[in-house]
Amino acid sequence: MEMRKAYVAAMAEVMKNNPKVVVLDADLASAGGTKPLYTQFPERAIEVGIAEDNMTCVATGLAAYGFIPFIHSFAPFSVRRNFDQIAVSVSYSCQNVKIIGYDPGVTATTNGGTHMCFEDVAMLRALPNIRVMDIVDPVQLAKAVPFVAEHQGPVYMRFARKQTDTLFDEDYKFRPEKADVVRKGNDVTVVASGAMVFDALKGAEILHEKGIEAEVIAVHTVKPLDEQTIAESAARTGCVLVVENHSVHGGLFGAVTEMFARTVPTPCDAVAVYDRIGQVGSLSELKKDYNLTGEDVADKAVKLIARK
Amino acid sequence: MSTVESSKKIRALTLKCIGSLGSGHVGGSLSIADVLAVLYDKYMNVDPSNPHMEGRDRLVLSKGHAGPALYATLCYKGFFPEDWLLTLNKLGTRLPSHCNMLLTPGVDMTAGSLGQGLSCACGLATGSKILKDNATIYAIVGDGELQEGQNWCALMYAADKKLDNLIVFVDKNGLQIDGTTEEVMDIGDIENKFRAFGFDTVSINGHDHDAIDKAIKNARLHKGSPSCIVLHTVKGKGVSFYETMGAGVHSTTCTAEQLQKALEELR
Repeated sequence: MEMRKAYVAAMAEVMKNNPKVVVLDADLASAGGTKPLYTQFPERAIEVGIAEDNMTCVATGLAAYGFIPFIHSFAPFSVRRNFDQIAVSVSYSCQNVKIIGYDPGVTATTNGGTHMCFEDVAMLRALPNIRVMDIVDPVQLAKAVPFVAEHQGPVYMRFARKQTDTLFDEDYKFRPEKADVVRKGNDVTVVASGAMVFDALKGAEILHEKGIEAEVIAVHTVKPLDEQTIAESAARTGCVLVVENHSVHGGLFGAVTEMFARTVPTPCDAVAVYDRIGQVGSLSELKKDYNLTGEDVADKAVKLIARK
Repeated sequence: MSTVESSKKIRALTLKCIGSLGSGHVGGSLSIADVLAVLYDKYMNVDPSNPHMEGRDRLVLSKGHAGPALYATLCYKGFFPEDWLLTLNKLGTRLPSHCNMLLTPGVDMTAGSLGQGLSCACGLATGSKILKDNATIYAIVGDGELQEGQNWCALMYAADKKLDNLIVFVDKNGLQIDGTTEEVMDIGDIENKFRAFGFDTVSINGHDHDAIDKAIKNARLHKGSPSCIVLHTVKGKGVSFYETMGAGVHSTTCTAEQLQKALEELR
């Protein structure tokens, strides 16, 4: 199932159960998948037009009125385009607005550089009060949505609309405060967020063939980070490779290395986007071009282990 | 007490508030004292003992730097004691320079980054429409503030959604930090721009209480589209030496001597 299908199904359920939940779109309801909600809940589905700044603050007004608004756009226009609106009317005002960013980083594919946001996590990590989530698959997304609606306070959630790759089965239990250890190992800790977990697991498979056992931790929430799970793993493995579909500056790599700088100095490295702008391409081409593949994970892990 | 008497009281309390610090946003606070007096004396359905009352009317002071005028009004209406006014901008205060809904009882929306308030007011008005609670949402924007593009997104939204429970006041005092609004960035014909965006719009003397009263009454009765009341005002209104100061009155001193002189004029 596509992520957007899982999302809209989960939202329909949440909106059925909670009359306070409203959705807002900036002319991407068709692309993002929320369109059916406009028929199901006409009073609580609000088309704002191509005006993400206005959408953000309309959501603030709705939140101040007791509603739980979800705003939607591509990641760059959900976060970067309206950053001051989020800073003042959501973060500073501590209003219960949920921000959904579609197609983060390379998953913007053929929409290209203007739509390819490598900095959304860094930007929102820097603002107080906002929970920052990077979702791995449709199963996790469906289980996270009810939590996001119930959680008191702003949340940012990024995911790729059209992704169908599935990591978890229906028995998966989403634990808001805990990252998921999806592979056990003792030689290197690989901490991956969102859909990069798939590439991290590919890397772990390559390493396994070389006799290296990687522990893979799938992070769905970059802030607040489950530092305990990562620190405990690192204490066993002695080094940490972060894997993220985001700039190397200020995202998950920032969160992980800040923690180790404050606590136990630990060799770290990152498979991430190294200070580059976006471009058009297919997902597999882009992953190769930005060195975000399973092979890159394995190569970096080998070099990192040598630094222990 | 008449609304004119209330406005004098609001101006005096505003200057006491700013005077406690020695300087502040004097001009744009004094220019809106009359609309605040009429609104809070005659129209706002609010309860000072229950500032979060459901279904209440709400005001978004989008030109958040005029916070002291709103604080004076709320204090005068009994939302908090007068000694709070003397804490303006002191560390830990409930009254920061720009309005903060989390800190001050009676403040319905945080503002300070210009251009966001109208959108927030649209959200409040939409919320009221969904709940059908018959509240009226008021917003006050500055004329200089209209240079921010987001306002025009909000106007388009308000008209599209037929938010006839939204009444927008434009404080057209003609001055901003760098000069007159015409010199800095001419906003043009505000009234006709609002009309073109689908607002039922009137233009009045923003210091004439009867005119303000009538305009609000009519706007509340108007159905099918949002309303705009353009208030032609004088920045620094009510105190002779502030009225004639020019653009500098936006943020200026209020020394003990100035305060005393101003309070004498306001008697």
